Amino acid sequence: MGESAKTQGIRAGGGGTRTGQGPWSRAWSHFWSRAPAKYSAVLLLALAVWVGAGPAWLGDKALRLTDANLSPPGAQHWFGTDLHGRDLLSRVLSGARISVAVGLVGAMVSLVIGVSVGAIAGYWGGKLDAILMRLVDALYALPSILLVIVLVAVLEDAAKASWGGSHAVEAGGWIRLLFLLGGLGAVSWLTMARVVRGQVLSIRERAFVEASRALGGGRWHVLRRHVLPQLSGVVLAYLMLTVPGIILYESFLSYLGLGIQPPHASLGTLIAEGAGQLNPIRISWWLLVFPGGMLVLTLALLQQVGDGLREAFDPKA
Amino acid sequence: MSFQQVWKRLAAMIPVLLGISFVVFGMIRAAPGGPFDTARAAVSEEARDALRARYHLDEPVWKQYGRFLAQLVKGDLGPSLKYRHHTVNDVLSQALPVSMMLGVMAFLFALALGIPLGVAAAVGRGRASGWLAESAILLCISIPALLLGPLLVLVFAVGLGWFPVGLWNSPWHAVLPVATLGIFFAGRVARLMREGMMDAFGSSFVTAARARGVGEGSLIWRHALPIGATPVVSYAGPLLADLLTGSFVVENVFQIPGIGVFMVNSALNRDYTMVVGLVLVYAVLLLMLNLVVDVAYTVLDPKVRHG
Amino acid sequence: MRNRAPASNPRGRAAWSGEGRDFAANRGRPLSLCGLEEPRRLGGIWVLPLLFLLGLTPGCGGRGPAPDLVIINGKEPESLDPAVMSGEAEGRIVQALFEGLTRYNPTNGMAEPGLAESWTLSENGRRYRFRLRSEARWSNGEPIRTKDVLYSWFRMIDPVEGSQYSSPFYLIRNAEAYQTGTVKSRAEVGMKASDELNLEVELENPAPYFVELCAYAPMAVVPQQSIERHRSAWLTQGQPPASGAYTLVEWRLNDRVRLRKNPHYWDAAGVKSTLIDLLPVTHPTTALNLYLSGQADVIWDKDLIPSDLVETLRKRPDFHSFDYLATYFLRFNTTRKPFHDPRVRRALALAIDKRRIVEQITRGGERPAGHLVPPGLPGYVSPPGLSVDPDRARALLAEAGFPGGAGFPKFHYHFDSRKSQENIAVQIQAMWEKELGLRAELRPQEWQVYLNTQSQLDYDISRSSWIGDYNDPTTFLDLFAGGNLNNRTGWKHEKYDTLLKRAGAEPAGPARAELLRQAETLLVEQEMPVVPLYFYAGMQIHDPRRIEGIHPNLRAEHPLRAVARRGARR
Repeated sequence: MGESAKTQGIRAGGGGTRTGQGPWSRAWSHFWSRAPAKYSAVLLLALAVWVGAGPAWLGDKALRLTDANLSPPGAQHWFGTDLHGRDLLSRVLSGARISVAVGLVGAMVSLVIGVSVGAIAGYWGGKLDAILMRLVDALYALPSILLVIVLVAVLEDAAKASWGGSHAVEAGGWIRLLFLLGGLGAVSWLTMARVVRGQVLSIRERAFVEASRALGGGRWHVLRRHVLPQLSGVVLAYLMLTVPGIILYESFLSYLGLGIQPPHASLGTLIAEGAGQLNPIRISWWLLVFPGGMLVLTLALLQQVGDGLREAFDPKA
Repeated sequence: MSFQQVWKRLAAMIPVLLGISFVVFGMIRAAPGGPFDTARAAVSEEARDALRARYHLDEPVWKQYGRFLAQLVKGDLGPSLKYRHHTVNDVLSQALPVSMMLGVMAFLFALALGIPLGVAAAVGRGRASGWLAESAILLCISIPALLLGPLLVLVFAVGLGWFPVGLWNSPWHAVLPVATLGIFFAGRVARLMREGMMDAFGSSFVTAARARGVGEGSLIWRHALPIGATPVVSYAGPLLADLLTGSFVVENVFQIPGIGVFMVNSALNRDYTMVVGLVLVYAVLLLMLNLVVDVAYTVLDPKVRHG
Repeated sequence: MRNRAPASNPRGRAAWSGEGRDFAANRGRPLSLCGLEEPRRLGGIWVLPLLFLLGLTPGCGGRGPAPDLVIINGKEPESLDPAVMSGEAEGRIVQALFEGLTRYNPTNGMAEPGLAESWTLSENGRRYRFRLRSEARWSNGEPIRTKDVLYSWFRMIDPVEGSQYSSPFYLIRNAEAYQTGTVKSRAEVGMKASDELNLEVELENPAPYFVELCAYAPMAVVPQQSIERHRSAWLTQGQPPASGAYTLVEWRLNDRVRLRKNPHYWDAAGVKSTLIDLLPVTHPTTALNLYLSGQADVIWDKDLIPSDLVETLRKRPDFHSFDYLATYFLRFNTTRKPFHDPRVRRALALAIDKRRIVEQITRGGERPAGHLVPPGLPGYVSPPGLSVDPDRARALLAEAGFPGGAGFPKFHYHFDSRKSQENIAVQIQAMWEKELGLRAELRPQEWQVYLNTQSQLDYDISRSSWIGDYNDPTTFLDLFAGGNLNNRTGWKHEKYDTLLKRAGAEPAGPARAELLRQAETLLVEQEMPVVPLYFYAGMQIHDPRRIEGIHPNLRAEHPLRAVARRGARR
């Protein structure tokens, strides 16, 4: 936890006390001062680079079948191979790529929905706020995993039906992915909405907002240009914290066979495969341990960075 | 919270539940593939129509919904479309106690592990013990049940043979599933506990006690802990709720006959009535749990009532 | 898991380093509470033990006495009503609860006298006369008479409430007509009771396997009293009276089915185990783990044996593999171009190396299949079928207008989303690409949707399997007769239907076998609306030193009454 003076300074929200920085940059320097957050952020950045710009041949190697089925880790295959003889190292790395990509995109979907709902509820207030928050409360009571299963099944086949013909198959894979991401995002925006609303409620009372209103700024204008930019820190923090949730949902769906389809695999699929191989006769532990380790690493990094950001930008939480 | 407020909350639940049930009702019916497709003897058109008629699936959705509501008032959640001889009530009476037992035991496990861990992290700040506790906490929340379950099975059931690999026949069967479910939430509890404890250390009450010369041990356990545990108590409601959701995964992994398995299977099987019934029960449970915890909290801590 | 924001600490975020009282947080509080009083202790703790007790009591239902036998049966039965049940796992339980005129012999899987002690067959092979045992009783002690048999049978072919699985009854004169409503009066249907113990059945055509069919689950005798009283809940309300060796004690979904020996069963002395638990398990590895840890005695659903472990399992003495009357095949949707062209279908068939699939992928001792009807049926020999021939395949493809695969429209291979199916799909996809230059898209679907898609003919090529219902080739060949609902390929061939019809009119013998052989030749060598891939190998795991009463036979019929465990469970 940070230095108390800094914390107090940020909470006061006004002019800087010690260093003369504005609250934004103070928050960032608070973030960087913490060792765990710093290292995690660096590692996470490395992971992000890998996800975005990893070598192309990795994808192909992950799909190539060999005859060395289920061999333990060795010189040729550092992580061993799976049932079809595919190299596990490549599979894990490309699986991480897929999982994180799914997580990010899903989180972005939830961000869009959550920020919109939260900002509107917080800014407009009154009846609209009450209705929206009632909706959020109601949605909290639903078992979202169930809804995602149904959502994906319904939308995918409906879309395929309307597309029709031989293109349906090819398009089907993409449609499913799209709806998977959309569905996952659509059930994960609740916390973001609440947090954003809370923030907007306090920002709305700030002097510069009142000033802008006094100068004749319309509601939308003020919202867009003055309120939203203030949210970016908090939003970023909770974005980082939503991604793990989405990755976990997707993992469970893949475990059930509904997520990412073969031959591609996310970390969830790989873990499911590994879990399916556990028996006293032949323990292919590497199938579970390596994908699992990668998942744990990814989640831990995201968690650390998210926590650091949250502490920096939303210390009252 | 006065009785009036409680009644208000209860009354507010009803439109919420209605809304939820209607949405799920409609959605599951829109999903393709019906509950009556089988592999062996293909269903002829007439036979399929007859079946649909028997279960009123050929009526417009709003009419089916009305029928559903009428039965609901009588306490009947309807027949299962997949398991033709069982009703949703049968399934609930069989599976809900199992899930609740799993949830409650995991709840206690989470508290039993999380509270000491949080305290250790707060007390050991800046020292090795604190760092160790922090890492343990991070590990707890980073290993999802999906992974932890098979890992525990790998080491303790398949590898060492100490515990059974699945099912729910004896207390021995409960150990691994409860641990799997509980560890993640133990991490969450620990984090809250840590934050709470750190606040408690800084509070005037503890400072005064320290000034009075109370020993460290007593300071931690008898003075700081009751204050520091407040966030954990307020998390109790959401925790139980999250446990119920989290149990889906664990039940699937360990083949435990709780409602988690039924939820997933009924969605995959397009067992309309079961899905709606289970979702409704789940929602009611959640809302009631939150209400109970809120009431308990205000009853127990008058400061929140006034503050 | 939803990332739920933890509820905020109402005391505010005080400086934790122990600095001093935090006025900001205490602002607005009555002075007396500003940190000078002891805060209220956490009285909420008492909620926890309460919850604990609340949660424990219902969940603590006793599990009952330990069973003599625990069997991993397969997937959860959807129904144990012979009119509704559809799978082998269900059939095994139904046959233990409700018996028919004949029952299966555990040694050879053939039919032997059940509720009927004897029967006679007329000269023309069409009229049977069954005599019921006078000592046959329901589990509640009431006698079983011909009216019970007729009630059960008419229930299956009832025009309004009748079953989808009534096709075995169509052998009986006017039974199909009765169900479709053409014939209105029961008197015209070829089954009547001449008295309390004697039943007369008249068939449309001589069917040598009719007696065997009488042991098959849809023809079992069900309790009229129970069904009329409880309607669709008759299996779960109270204990339904059983006509077979066992009664249903408990049926907990996704948990277990518990059976207890029926003391009034006519052969109660021959029933070996008193209490049997049947577990529904869906994951092969879980099933294996349960067995290896001693929680289960038998695994007898071959889908529950992990295929990649078969190599290693084979070497164990508790692994049993046997010939099974089931075939795995691919269906073509002949209503879609270019699969309407038999040359295209033959080309795709000839490019598949079935040996590689059974040796590398399934590895359970399956045999590559050139024809549809598995070998081993007495009195019948199938045509050899076509063996893998990539050159010929390429030639056929070129002949059909797609030399080297050029111009072939996009198509997909449809299967259900199990891992085992994906493994096979990946191989076939690779073979078609390598040999013919055609790339199939893989299209997995979850089970319900997969079934629906197949019956709606909304696929290009789909994997399928069929398990024979009785020991006669027609159980496979009838599938592809024109109007059969299980056809699902859109294929219809007049010559094929004629051959089947002619064979149906013949009594058992070489003439009949020859006609059937011609039909099969047409199916698997010329037209090929289906590509047989392999014949299933039945697989089971049980310890032969401790479990007795399970004998290998073609239809894997292992009546529960014959199975017993010696000694204590591990």
